Amino acid sequence: MSDQPLDLAQLEKPILELEAQIRSMEMDPSQTKEREKLEKKLEKLRTEFSQNLTDWQRVLLARHPKRPYTLDYIERICDRFEEIHGDRRFGDDAAIVAGLGWIDGNPVMIIGQQKGRDTKQKILRNFGCPKPEGYRKALRLMKLAEKFQRPILCLIDTQGAYPGVDAEERGQAEAIARNLLEMAKLEVPVVAVVIGEGGSGGALALGVADRVMMMENANYSVISPEGCASILWKDSSQAPKAAEALKLTAPRLLDLGVIDSIVKEPLGGAHTDHDRAAALLKEAVVEAFGELAELSAEALVEERYQKFAKMGSVG
Amino acid sequence: MSWFVKKRQQKIAVEERTVRVPEGLWIKCEACKELIYRAELQNTHNVCPKCGYHFRIGVEERLTSLMDEGYTTLFSDLQSTDPLHFVAMKAYKDQLKKLHDAGQDQDAVVVVEGTLGGHPVVLSVMNFDFLAASMGSVVGEKLKLGAERALATKSAYLIVSCSGGARMQEGTLSLMQMAKVSAALAKLDKAGIPYFSILTDPTTGGVSASFAMLGDLNVAEPKALIGFAGPRVIEQTIKQSLPEGFQRAEFLQAHGMVDKVVSRDQLKDFLKACLAWMMPERV
Ligand SMILES: [Zn+2]
Repeated sequence: MSDQPLDLAQLEKPILELEAQIRSMEMDPSQTKEREKLEKKLEKLRTEFSQNLTDWQRVLLARHPKRPYTLDYIERICDRFEEIHGDRRFGDDAAIVAGLGWIDGNPVMIIGQQKGRDTKQKILRNFGCPKPEGYRKALRLMKLAEKFQRPILCLIDTQGAYPGVDAEERGQAEAIARNLLEMAKLEVPVVAVVIGEGGSGGALALGVADRVMMMENANYSVISPEGCASILWKDSSQAPKAAEALKLTAPRLLDLGVIDSIVKEPLGGAHTDHDRAAALLKEAVVEAFGELAELSAEALVEERYQKFAKMGSVG
Repeated sequence: MSWFVKKRQQKIAVEERTVRVPEGLWIKCEACKELIYRAELQNTHNVCPKCGYHFRIGVEERLTSLMDEGYTTLFSDLQSTDPLHFVAMKAYKDQLKKLHDAGQDQDAVVVVEGTLGGHPVVLSVMNFDFLAASMGSVVGEKLKLGAERALATKSAYLIVSCSGGARMQEGTLSLMQMAKVSAALAKLDKAGIPYFSILTDPTTGGVSASFAMLGDLNVAEPKALIGFAGPRVIEQTIKQSLPEGFQRAEFLQAHGMVDKVVSRDQLKDFLKACLAWMMPERV
């Protein structure tokens, strides 16, 4: 819930200034040549920016206030989306969005954590931190998809499940645990993509999938860098160190076998171009569902089991 | 139907919050109190053009608003036998006869089969004008037969519910209809056949506590009263007045029980899309 971090803003400053300069020249045909030169320079700056990010800077990028959220992707990758509410138990958690979607005419259940853009939305969406009723809504709709033999797409973007009294009263731990067990049994293809923050159990509760992907600048971790720093360094300002140590970025998790692939982002990060980011996500998702469509229900469940059974490292 | 029967039934079973469009050239909206030209309402599926208030509509209008042309009515010959020989201030038998003589010969539900947006469906619509759409043996039987028909023909099943609850005049047999219809829905569920519950104003009592809450999707019309106990009963029990919006469709959605509140003019399009999502592609 931290504000826009200073060092990321500083890092992006030359890019933003150059963008503004190029925009101001757009109306003037006499400056076309000069503009093209600056555009080349901009691309170089963006490439450098993307290549030189530290793990901590990537964490900040995943929290960028302009980063596309679940609904930003849904409206770009779906021909139609009908949101479905509620867990049929207690409530409707706005921190998780779910519904019937169509991607290129193909029915798919889409479920994802939803952060808010402005203050009002942030409060409505509880900063993207789901409560048990959110996870129970997600599970109910996964079962609905299974009943009608439709694949499931989970978009993960949460700093974590909501830590609060009411969430505990209604069984936050049980809700997450139940999803892990039930997702392992789903007899339809499941694809999960960490699009921003993959915060611990609250992220994994949508993450037991046949294909697990991460957007290039997303992170997926057992604890936030700040949380880890304050426990193991006794100093939350050591978060950049913790971010390195936790190996929570997409390339590192690919090496560790936690994820299957990385979805490229536009140069400079997904927030620079939502349309492009969504197009790249859609391409990866469509390809994954295409591969999974070949497998029988038994094969899906068994391969999903084998995939998660292999995780971990023992000597 | 005599005014006396209608009034009495409504008093017993439901809140008289929403009314059907009354006769006359101009109509006062129940919600916003604006005067509406009657002809205008016909173009809006009986939804107030000023405030979106959904007037109750009859079975025929509901059927034509949802079904494609050319549907057929099923199980229309079933009649209640007054198994308890029930007599209160009026004899149940006489009430039934009066309704029958007035042309209400289908008890409180009409079942049809046909297509909705091209998808094969069986659709049951409850009739509030018949003893407040209370559920007795005939309603339960027709809803069950509708489910079995959907199962046999691999059609989706839809129930548009409104009801004051179980029909007291048929005693515990009425209560058992809740279990009977739910058991039939269990068969549909197991066979992977879509079932939609469409909740309209008002859906209460034993109907809400059985098939109306069991849809693969529970869809409600805006502001529809939906609950187990009626608001008046609750107020009397807790000796407090209830907050604005309590037991309305939007309240149910916020509390996780209704999946989506859909306005009447969007309903067919929504159902059509969901049916396409759920039903196997036809080759
Ligand atoms: Zn009105």
